Amino acid sequence: MRGFAAARIVKPAIALAGVCLIAACTARPPNHPAGEPFDPYEQDNRFVYDYNRALDRTFIRPVAIGYAEGVPVEVQEVVGNFSDNLSLPGAVVNNVLQANMRGAFQDTFRFTVNTTLGIGGLLDPATGFGMAEPTDADFGQTLHVWGVREGAYLVVPVTGPSTERAAAGRFVDLFLDPLSYVIPTPEAYYGTGATVLSKLGDRGRRADTIDSVLYESADGYAQLRSLYLQNRRFELGNGDSSAYLDPYDDPYAEAQEDPYAE
Amino acid sequence: MFDQLSRRHFLFAGTAAGALTVLPRGAAALTEQKARRLVDKVVNEINAVIASGKPVSGMIRDFERIFRRYADVNIIARSTLGADARRISNGQMRKFVDAFRGYIARKYGKRFNDFVGGRIEVKSVQQVKSWHEVISTVYLQGEAPFEVRFLVSDRSGQDLFFDMLIEGVSMRLSERTEIGSMLDARNGNIDQLIADLRKAG
Repeated sequence: MRGFAAARIVKPAIALAGVCLIAACTARPPNHPAGEPFDPYEQDNRFVYDYNRALDRTFIRPVAIGYAEGVPVEVQEVVGNFSDNLSLPGAVVNNVLQANMRGAFQDTFRFTVNTTLGIGGLLDPATGFGMAEPTDADFGQTLHVWGVREGAYLVVPVTGPSTERAAAGRFVDLFLDPLSYVIPTPEAYYGTGATVLSKLGDRGRRADTIDSVLYESADGYAQLRSLYLQNRRFELGNGDSSAYLDPYDDPYAEAQEDPYAE
Repeated sequence: MFDQLSRRHFLFAGTAAGALTVLPRGAAALTEQKARRLVDKVVNEINAVIASGKPVSGMIRDFERIFRRYADVNIIARSTLGADARRISNGQMRKFVDAFRGYIARKYGKRFNDFVGGRIEVKSVQQVKSWHEVISTVYLQGEAPFEVRFLVSDRSGQDLFFDMLIEGVSMRLSERTEIGSMLDARNGNIDQLIADLRKAG
């Protein structure tokens, strides 16, 4: 029964996403200067950024630091492991969609090992065994592999920096996660809760670094945009340097440009 | 007979092809080696600073020394100015490079606190256009290992690194954004920027 329901939801979701996403990701105008981020919604983005920053200052940051400092490291690790493990099936689906069978097998293997030997994903024996690192594949990356352009830079409420392609991918990922169709509702919240806590832990442990961007930069908005776009493109390259080595069609290509060539 | 001949021919062809591929690779390997040697030195010194357990001020001083010796601060500083680099005098540029060096040392040196108990390992080297990328992995306690690339060039006349990319994030490019924002906030006043940079970081 559930399987049928899943198929009924997934198929139209993908079809819908496919049609509207390709049309939705704004094309960069031909005269857009290379090396400049493509940010046509900068005014709105700055508004959301200011809102997010206020939310961080008054709520997220203090809670995150409290969590990172107050909760035993071992507990934080278990929470992180649990959340990471639950993200694997969705990554497997995306690896398949990207025709990355190797990644799909690696993530499946990791999920199997950590779910069984790792007691439902609370522990991470896969890393201890030296197994391949998780691919962290998401639908934004799948769209990239399918040739959908990055689109404009976007700041999303609460979660922050994104691009049109990445934000659309995030939305589709909600429907692509096989676990969301097999885990019944109250239990599914444990996974969501673990993910939120794990993100809070990241914010708390890296408080100094994140603070320096948000609160000490001359223009935190521009700095965060630069960091996000660079890092996202690096992740899309997925360890192979083809994306990294191709500076010509990406605005941040300047990162790889030869500064001696003046 | 024919069999032997063809085998010898095959062997010869094999060696010739081998020599052809070995020659340029041999030449590249030399610079790869040099790039790697430079980063090995940098990484050893950074690891020593992390392990020293010094207070932050000491780490900042050590980092500035490493940065001064192994990085092409000139080209990094100059490129963070972008097009503005062309409109400033030599004297201003000297002062800017000097202020920039101290700023970077303070800003990144104090981060070394987060590295306590960690280490960096050099993994591989590859040639990219006119420079070499030395790829290394940073291991920190309780964190997944992450990648740092050092971009090394000899175009200044010495083997020096001119950028550091942490998980794809370039220090040079991030600082270019930062310096650009600082300059905008000061209506393009370079002298004011230099004065404030001496205190920043």
